[in-house]
Amino acid sequence: MSQSPIQRVAQATPEPMARRIRGLSDRTIAWIFVAPTIFLLLAVNIFPLIWTVRLSFTDFRVNRPNRDVEWVGLENYQRILTDADIWHTMQATAHFLVWTIVLQVLIGFTLAFLINKKFKGNDLWTTIIVFPMMLSPAVVGNFWTFLYQPQIGLFNYVVAFFTGADPASFSMIGDVALAPWAIVIADTWMWTPFVMLICLAGLRSIPDSIYEAAECDRASKWRQFWTITVPMVLPFLMLAVLFRGIENFKMFDLVVQLTGGGPGNTTTLTSIDLKREAFEKWRTGYSSAYAVILFVTVFGLASIYVKALNKVKQR
Amino acid sequence: MSFSVTEPSARTKWLAAVLVVGYALITIAPLLWIIATGFKSPADSIAYPPKVVFEPTLEGYVNLFTDRTRATQDMLDAAGEPKTWYERIVRAQGTVINGPSRYGERFLNSVIIGFGSTALCMILGTAAAYAFSRFRVPLKDDLLFFILSTRMMPPIAVAIPIFLMFRNLGLNDTHLGMILLYTAVNLSLSVWLLKGFIDEIPVEYEEAALIDGYTRFQAFTKVVLPQAATGIASTAIFCLIFAWNEYAFAVLLTSGTAQTAPPFIPTIIGVGGKDWPAVAAGATIFLVPVMVFTILLRKHLLRGITFGAVRK
Repeated sequence: MSQSPIQRVAQATPEPMARRIRGLSDRTIAWIFVAPTIFLLLAVNIFPLIWTVRLSFTDFRVNRPNRDVEWVGLENYQRILTDADIWHTMQATAHFLVWTIVLQVLIGFTLAFLINKKFKGNDLWTTIIVFPMMLSPAVVGNFWTFLYQPQIGLFNYVVAFFTGADPASFSMIGDVALAPWAIVIADTWMWTPFVMLICLAGLRSIPDSIYEAAECDRASKWRQFWTITVPMVLPFLMLAVLFRGIENFKMFDLVVQLTGGGPGNTTTLTSIDLKREAFEKWRTGYSSAYAVILFVTVFGLASIYVKALNKVKQR
Repeated sequence: MSFSVTEPSARTKWLAAVLVVGYALITIAPLLWIIATGFKSPADSIAYPPKVVFEPTLEGYVNLFTDRTRATQDMLDAAGEPKTWYERIVRAQGTVINGPSRYGERFLNSVIIGFGSTALCMILGTAAAYAFSRFRVPLKDDLLFFILSTRMMPPIAVAIPIFLMFRNLGLNDTHLGMILLYTAVNLSLSVWLLKGFIDEIPVEYEEAALIDGYTRFQAFTKVVLPQAATGIASTAIFCLIFAWNEYAFAVLLTSGTAQTAPPFIPTIIGVGGKDWPAVAAGATIFLVPVMVFTILLRKHLLRGITFGAVRK
C-alpha cells in the first residue's frame, strides 16, 4: 500500500513534531465525523422502516393499544393487492404521474431551449420562472383552491375570458372529470422550472465546436437539433424525469390541500389513501403493508430506471 | 463582436425573449395574485370580475394576527372607543378583538424548527461529508447510497412508526422531535451536496497545513471550512427551505405546541366565511422569505435540487 505524502512527512520529522501532526488518527476522526449522521439516519429512517415491515404482518391498531396483537402473516398484503379501490388509487396516481411528466418535459425543455438563445436579461427571467418550485406546496395548494373557485377565481376568469364560457359554469376541483386535471395543472405550474433548469444545464454543456463542425458539414438546423441537441440533453432530461417521478409518486402536500383527494376519490393518490388508512381509520398493520408495497414499487421502478439512465449516459 | 455560427440571430433572440417573458408573466401571476389579495378587503377579494385595481387595506393582515368575534351591542359598549389603528379596522367589520391569533406562534415554530434543524444538519452533514471526501471510509459507496435512498421513502410510509416511536419517547408535538426528524430527512441532501463542494477544494491546502503542524481537526476547521463557506451557506439555505416548506410530517406529528405554519395557514377561517385576504396575508409573509432566498441561491440552485448530480 502506498503511503500518503502526509505519512511520509510524519515519519521523516523528529518525534515531538510528528506527534503534533498526527493528533487524533485519521481513522478515529473519520468515525467521529460519520457516526452521528449514520446513527441519526438509522434511528429516524431505518429503524422505523424495519418496524413498518414488522407491523405489516400484524393486525395492530394504534387507537386500540390494549388489544392483543395477532400475527396475520401475508393477509394484509393479500387484501391490498386484491382491493379494487387501491387499483383505482393506483390509476389516479398513474394519470397524475404520466401527465405531469409529459407536460413538464415538453414545456420545461422548450423553455430551456429558448432561454439558451442567450437573449438579454435571460438570467432575471429564469429566476422569476423558478420561484414556484421553491415554495411550500401545501400553502400553494391551499391558495390554488382560491384560484380555482367558480365565478370569483382568477383561473376560471382567465379561461372564461379566452373561451367565452361562463366562469361560474365549471368547477375545477368540484367536478369529477376536471379535478384530475386541476392537480396536473397546479403541479405543472410548480415544477416545470425544475425540468427547465436541468435541461438548461444539459444544453449549456454542449460545446459550440460540435455545432460548428455540423455547420461545416452543412447539416440543417433541424438535423442538428435531432442529432446533436436531443441526444446530448437526453441524460439530463432523464435525470429530471427520475426526480419528478419519485417526487410525484410520493405526492401528498400539494394535492391534499388542493382537492383533499376528492371529489369522491378521483384525486386520491396513493399517499393520500395511505394517510387515510393509517391516520383516520387507524388500520396500522394494514397501512404498514400498504407502505411497504409503495416503497418497494418506488425503489424497484427507480432502480430499473437508473440502469436505463446509465446506458444512455454510456452511449 | 466576432461572427459565430452558433450565435443565434437577432430575430431568434427576440422571439425567444418574447416567449420566455410571456411564460414568466403567466407563472408569476398567481404569486402576484396572492400578494395582492392580502391587501384586499374581503369583499374585494371575492368580487366578480376579479379586481386588479382596488383600494389597499391592511384588514387581511390585522385579521391574520388577531382572534375576533362578531360584536353584540353589549360588547361594543364594554369595549369603548377603539384606541389603536388595528382596533379601528376590526371595529369597522363589526367585530371585536379577543386576543392575538395563533399565526404568530406557528410562524415562530417554523423559525425555531427551521433554523434548529438546519444548524444541526450542517454540523453533522459537514463532518460526515468531510470524512467521505477525504478519508477511506469502509463501505463508503454503500453508505452514500444508503443516505440517498432514505429520500425515496414516501413520508407517510415512515410516519406510522415515527409516530409510535415519538409517542413512546414523548417527542410527539415537540420542537426537539421535529428538529431531529427534519435533520434526519435533510442529512441526505446536505451530505451529498457538501461532499461535492469539499471534493472541489484541493487536498494540497490541508497537506500544507498538516506539515505546518496543524492537527487534522485544526486543518478541517481552519483550512477546509473557510474554503467551503459558500457551499455550506447554499446547502444551509436548501435545508432551511425544505424544513420551512415541509407539510406531511408536520400535519401528522404536530397539533399544538410545535405546529409549524404550513399545516396552520390552510386552517385560517374568518368570522363568517373563508377570510381569503387573511389566508393570502399569511401565505405572503410565509412565502416571500423563500423568494428572497431563491434569489440568493441562484448560482447553486441546480446543484441543490439535483443532490449535486448536476453541476454548472
